[in-house]
Order: sequence, then structure tokens, then C-alpha cells
Amino acid sequence: MIKPDRIVTTTCPYCGVGCTLQLHVQDDFIYKVTSPFDSPVNHGNLCVKGRFGYDFVYHPKRVTTPLARRYLLEGKPKPAGREQVFAISMDGNPISNSQISSLWDWIPTDWDTALNLIADNLVRIYQRDGSDAMAVYCCAKATNEDNYLLQKMYRALFRTNNVDHCTRLCHAGSVVALQQAIGSSAMSNTASQVMLNDVFIVTGSNTSENHPIIALQMKEAVRQNGAKMIVIDPRRIELVDFAEMWLPLKPGTNVPVFSAMAHVIVKENLINHEFIANRTEGFTDFIESLEKFTPEYAEEISGVPAEDIRKAARLYANAKNGAIYWGMGISQLSHGTASALALIHLAFLTGHIGRDGTGLNPLRGQNNVQGASDMGAMPFHYPGYMRVDNEDNAQKWEKTWNIEPNGLSRKLGLTTTEILSHAHEGGVRALYIMGENPMMSEPNLNVTREHMKELEFIVSQDIFINESGAFADVFLPATPFAEKEGTFSNTDRRVQRVRVAQPPRGQARPDWEIICDLALRIESQLGRETVKWDYSGPEEVLREMASVNQDYAGITYDRIDKVGLIYPVPDLNHPGTPTLFTESFPRGRGKFIPLDYVPVMEEPDDEYPFILTTGRVLEHWHGGTMTRNSALNEAYPEARVDIHPADAEMHGIRNGDPVKVQSRRGEVVLRATVTEKTSVGVVFIPFHFAEAAANLLTNDVLDPQALIPEFKACAVQVFPAREDDLANPEVEVHRGRY
Amino acid sequence: MTITLTIDGQEITAEQGKTLLDVARENGKDVPTICFHEATTANGLCRMCVVEVEGMRVLQPACIVEAANNMKVQTRSEKVIRARKTILEMLASTMDLSEAAEVQTMMSEYGVDINRFPDAERREVQVKDDNPMYVRDYSKCLLCWRCVQVCADDAQYTYAINFEGRGYETQIGTFFDKAIPETTCVLCGQCVGVCPTGALKPKREFLLEQGMSPQEISVLNTGRKRRRDR
Repeated sequence: MIKPDRIVTTTCPYCGVGCTLQLHVQDDFIYKVTSPFDSPVNHGNLCVKGRFGYDFVYHPKRVTTPLARRYLLEGKPKPAGREQVFAISMDGNPISNSQISSLWDWIPTDWDTALNLIADNLVRIYQRDGSDAMAVYCCAKATNEDNYLLQKMYRALFRTNNVDHCTRLCHAGSVVALQQAIGSSAMSNTASQVMLNDVFIVTGSNTSENHPIIALQMKEAVRQNGAKMIVIDPRRIELVDFAEMWLPLKPGTNVPVFSAMAHVIVKENLINHEFIANRTEGFTDFIESLEKFTPEYAEEISGVPAEDIRKAARLYANAKNGAIYWGMGISQLSHGTASALALIHLAFLTGHIGRDGTGLNPLRGQNNVQGASDMGAMPFHYPGYMRVDNEDNAQKWEKTWNIEPNGLSRKLGLTTTEILSHAHEGGVRALYIMGENPMMSEPNLNVTREHMKELEFIVSQDIFINESGAFADVFLPATPFAEKEGTFSNTDRRVQRVRVAQPPRGQARPDWEIICDLALRIESQLGRETVKWDYSGPEEVLREMASVNQDYAGITYDRIDKVGLIYPVPDLNHPGTPTLFTESFPRGRGKFIPLDYVPVMEEPDDEYPFILTTGRVLEHWHGGTMTRNSALNEAYPEARVDIHPADAEMHGIRNGDPVKVQSRRGEVVLRATVTEKTSVGVVFIPFHFAEAAANLLTNDVLDPQALIPEFKACAVQVFPAREDDLANPEVEVHRGRY
Repeated sequence: MTITLTIDGQEITAEQGKTLLDVARENGKDVPTICFHEATTANGLCRMCVVEVEGMRVLQPACIVEAANNMKVQTRSEKVIRARKTILEMLASTMDLSEAAEVQTMMSEYGVDINRFPDAERREVQVKDDNPMYVRDYSKCLLCWRCVQVCADDAQYTYAINFEGRGYETQIGTFFDKAIPETTCVLCGQCVGVCPTGALKPKREFLLEQGMSPQEISVLNTGRKRRRDR
């Protein structure tokens, strides 16, 4: 029996639920994870990722020395044709079988050399081309402190707002819609309040696989409390087994379905007159716009029977406490903003917001996507959602950062996808990537690849050389969650501690420390007065941020030592705010915004008759940098495409057969799973697998307001393929889970 | 509503609806438990928590019996002690308690004679190592049912494991003894989290105990070709 040297309480590095983990460590090796049964978020329950998926920390492919390309270290001109390189030349000799110039080899180096190379090149490009040439991807996996510092570095030193992160690729549609209608974009209530719902809608969210612990609470609400769950989703996800109703809509037809529900609620006079009169505006124009959205019209477009739409609308409207939980199926569309607005209208009509057990609840995908957004890792906002084009806001941060008046840029920056599409002469020249993996997570990867190659200088700060880091010029080895201090903010707005369980492996350093070290070098090259980088530790960083961002004003490491606080926490004695908007909305009245139905940009046709929808699976996480370097990959080792039995039969495809899936933009070969989990005419591919990357197929059209790409629907064709066409034909694991 | 009862001669006032175990523990009385867990539904399976209640024919499991007005309860009567000691002796004679730290503490506290049942047949089954996340060593299983419950309606609603067999042959298993990956199991490990005896154990902890080094363990998942055939 093993006795731990220590048990370290920290926060899970995976999804936005923010479960409490206890890491059991012996000889600086984590051998077991448990969770305390009194933890407020997860009550001792974990999912496979949280309980068993921490071993990426020890994976032999983890990089723990700074790396630079040979051309930089030997002072040679940059060779033509930027290339992806994953292997490291440990002895300085050229990597064998290298198809490309050995000047692109990765060579280990020391921190001083690596950081000076970065400072030299970033400053050179900045002084030559100005602020617009600089851009940075912050990271939804890193801590609040890491993100705050990185956006500070780019805003304060390079005077640019070209700062974004993958929130753009997940909930941007929800964020913009909530900002327009309410004026605040986080979950209005906490996930655990599902236990107070008597009716709740889950839509565009495969909660069991993406937020497993919230799904447990949803199932408990149904089975133990008798709550009624309405699932609105194109896929027959696990939650359907527990649902009162399942509305299987065609991907991309959210607006007509939700608007038809609103139509029914208005026509049958199930509206909350008092709430609409006292708390909202624009109702009259809105009901006019609803006229066309009859349930029959919605049925024609979405395939959901009109009678089911009526029944669902009545259920939700007549609830005592109704709530809505949604995921990427709402936001990742070229009309993602409209989709989310259509949901918001349902809450306004019925008054199911502003009380415990109600609410509009976008489930955030990553451990700290809420926090990274709060920290201003976005092109339009400083920390605390303060617009960068607002003079007062800019002056506040100029004062905080000791910057001369008018020093900070008032110009809106580029978003994640725009940063890469602007990668050309006269556009973005240098890109700093902390922990993100655009070469997996951007749509239409064949084009993304060309954009990456266009860049003049790329820095990757990560724990592995992932598909994006493989394009970089310098690689900085950062520490994963188990080797650093800081905070994550979960989807509930709960700010929780992240703690060191073991010392950094090799020469790796915590992200916040790397950023400060680099920023000092850049600052001295620029000859500017310092904006402060000599922090005593992450807590001082958080306090600096909280001095301006009032939501965090009352949060100290001491106060969240045992249990996290739910912001807004306006002062040091405030207990936190689980339920928002009890009195009013941040913008005053909630705003009804009339909508039209706009179809997805690429509808199926004779040549590409299937709709491809993408998403995640339980065992993996986003671009796979962590989970594919873990035992999780043994449990789910390969990409599979879900296809309905009727479609499979027509195409002569049996379960497990290799198939080629092709769109107008690319193709992948992978095994088929023949399953009724997907609907007729719809195929599903998870986007974690580089060897069959779903995003080679997806469409890079953007929502005009949120600039989020349309990951959830594009047209594809499916052909039988051969075993030899598979990247790893020998890998196949039979699983019996949902 | 409140009720009044006597526990070990002490008069106690309590909220109605609580179990005898809750009331006893709230009042500083030590009632030992094995199968009981704060996060699972109590079923009174192991009977370690039995107490003597005046007027009731047999000993009562405190974890499920509701405290009632005017009850007279003995938590450490001779009959109670003898029952608990016998339970521990029976467990010790049939299974491997080497990693059940709490049960071991109880055994020394109750002066257990581990050789009381020399003819008992020990349950010895092969370790089941059929998935990448955890191993199952049912030689160490005392059938507390916690794992079955968290897999079912106490947490996960997945129903991958249940009792199988009857009487002495009773074991925890999957339907048709299928390997874990082929069942409905989602590998959440809720079961591992509540196992009191080390019968369920994370794979990495198990390998470390088997003498593998952290270095050896960390290269295990780097490619299927390098995977050890166990």
C-alpha cells in the first residue's frame, strides 16, 4: 500500500465544471486522484478525464527545455518554407530522415537565449511594422494570472488589442447575444441550481460527455426530484434517456424551433406579463416578428413535429422554475448570435431568469475560458469586459499600468480567426501562442496551415509540441496545472485555487513567470518606463487586476483557500453572487431583438448530401494536446465518424469500416460507427484527432457579429475506404458506453 | 419536530427523521461503520453499526433505523460488541483486508481473533486488469455495495456493475462478466473513489505497488506497441 508524501487540493484542468481534485503524490509522482465528498461543485464525483487523465504531466513527449530552430541559434537567415517539426534534435545533429532543411531542426537551448531571441524578434517586427503586426493567443487552459499578464504584455508593450483566445471558437455567439440582450455574458445561475428546476431545457450540449458532472446533477434532478428535461439536439445523446421530450432538430435550425416555441408561448398567452412589463423592452416589435414562426413552419425547416414544439413550449412556460442550459450547438453557427438570442427570448417571455433555479446558462467548455475572458484575453475588452474603445476604460488601465496618456490603443483588435486570416505582408507578422492549438481548432485547416506559414515569427509556450507549436520558431516549456499556483474561474463564475503538487519537470517554468521575464527584456529593449513585472507571485497579479475589475475586487487567495467564491464579489466581506439579475439587468431592461431565419451557409446537395456536425467525446478534450498524451488515448484511441444505420446501409458501410469523408475543403479517412446516436442525413466527427482532423472539413464562414466559425454544420460526402487508407489501422478499441 | 431518546443512558433530543447513526454521531457516540458512506444510500449491509434497542427482538443497524421518541439505545452492550467482533472475524477469515485501514483499526479495537473460523474458505480471485484506468481485485471485496450504488442512482446512472451470484458466491461483476470497456462503463472511477478496501484501485497506483517505477509507468501509454502484455 502506498502512502502519499502529500495530498494537494487543486482544481481540475479539464472542462468548465471546475471539480475539486486531490492529487496524491509520492516521490513527486502523482499516482492517484480523489475528490472530497463535501466539494461544492462536484460532491466527490469526477469523470474519466479528471480522475485518470492527469498523466500527460509525465508523458515522455512533454518538452521541458527551451527550444529554438537551428537557423536562429546559428544566426542564419530564416530558410524558406516554414515547416511543422515535432521531433527534437537532442545532440544537435540533423534529425534523421528530415525531408526539410535542417535549419528548421529544433535544438534545445537555455532560457536566456530563448527569451532574448524572442525579445529581439518581436521588438524588431514591432519597430518595423508597428502594433498591427503583433498578435497573441491567450489560453483558456492557463490561469487567470497567466492570461492577465499576457494580455497586459501585448497591450502595454506592443500597444495592440490583437489579443484573443479560443472563446472566439466556442461561445462567442452566446457572449455577443447575452451582451446585446442583457449586458453580461456569463451563466446567470450556477449549474448546481439544476436541483431547483422543475423544467429545464438542454440544447446544443452533449452534457454527459462535455460537462459530465453537470450531467450527473441533471440526471439526479430528473430521477430524484421529478424535474422534466427537454433535450433539443440533433443527436440522440445520453441525456435523451432521461428526458421528458427530445426534439431532434436538423443542425442549424435553432432559430425557427426556439422562435416557434416563443410563438406558442405568446399565442397561448403563457407569457409572464409582469416580467415583460417591468424588466424588458422591445416586446411589441418582437411579437410582430414572431408571426411567421408558426410551429408548422418550424417543422418544415427543422424536422421537429409541430406538436412537440407546442408541448415543449407549454412545459417550459408553465414551469415554476424553468432554466435553459446550452452549449456549442447554439453558438458555433454562422447565425450563432441569433440562435442564442432566440433562447434568451424564451427566458424573457416567461420570466425564468433572475431567481434561484432559473436562468440562461451557457456551459463554458474549458477549465478557465470564463476566467481568460474575464482577464481581458479578448480583442474588444480589457479585464472586466471594459471596452477598449471607451476612453474612461483606457485611462483607468493607463493609470494602473503606469502608461502615458493615450498610450494604450483604442482600436478594436483582431479576433482569433481574423488574426490568422490577416497573416500576410502588411498584416500580422508575429504570433505568440500560449497553450492553444489553432492548427486543430480553427475551421478549414488547410487554409489555416497556409496562414501559419505566412507568419514571420511564431512563439509557442506550451507543454507539448502540438500541431501549432510544430510551426513555431521558438518553443518555451511551460508547466501544466500540477506545477503552478494560480486561479481558474469555472463556468459557474466560481474562482478556485490551482496549487503546486510537484516541482516543475526539467527546466519548465510557470507561464506567469515566463511572461514576466520576457516582458522585462522587451521593455528594456523598447527603452520604456516599467509597467511592473516584478510580482512576488500570482496573488499579487490577481490583486492588481482586481483593483480595476470590480467583479473580482473581494477575492483574495486567503478567502478562496478552502472553497471558491462566485463573482461578482465587490468587496472583501461579500459572500459572492450565485444568482445574477435578481433586480435588474446590467444594461437596465432586457432587450427583445427580432430575428429572421437564416440557413447554414453550406446546405447539403447532391454532391455533398450529408450534414457534418463536429464536437467532442468524453475521453478527449479539444485539440488533444493533453488527452492524446494520456492513458485517455488508450480508452479512445482513434477518430470515428458516427453515421445513422439507414445512411450506412445505403452506402454499404458496416460498423467499423474505414470511410472517407470529404467536403469542399478537405477530406479525412477514419472508421465508421454505425449508430442511431446521430440522425438520418447527419454525420458526426469529434475534432480531437490530428490524423483525421474534423476541421479539415469544416467551413470557415463566420457569424457576422460574433465572428465565430460555423463548426456545427457543413456539407460532406461519405465513401467507403480501405484499411490501408487509415492513419493507424491497427488501433481499434471496442467500447460499450453511450 | 423534535424527539427525545436515550443513548447509553444519556437523554438526547434530536430532530425527527434522522437515523440512529446520525443522532449517535452528533452526540459524540462512536458507532463503527463499514458499508456506510456519506455519499451513498445506506442499506444496512455490513451490520457493523448494529445497536441494541430496548423492546426490539434483534440488533438494529443504526445506519438505516430511524430514531424514534422514547427509544432506549445501547451502542456498546455486550451483545453489540459480540456481534461486531463476529462480523469482523468472519470478514477476516474469508477475504483480504490488508488494505482496509479502517477495518484493521476496528479489528484491533475489538480484539478480533482472526483464526476464529479456521475452516472458512477464503475468497481468492484473479485481479481483473481489463481497462486502462483501474484494476479490480475482488479478493479484497467485502461487498459493501458502494461501487454498485455510485455506478447507479447515487451518482452516475450508468449501471455497469451489479451483484452477481447468490450466497457465498455473491460478487460484484459486469453483465455476462464482460470486460469493463465493453460494458456501459464510462471509466469515471466513482466506484474507485468510494471503495473502502483497495479492491478497486487506479491503474497507476497498482503498477507502482507492483514495483514499476514512475519512469516505466509514464512510458506505458506512449504507443500501443510498447504496451505491456499483462
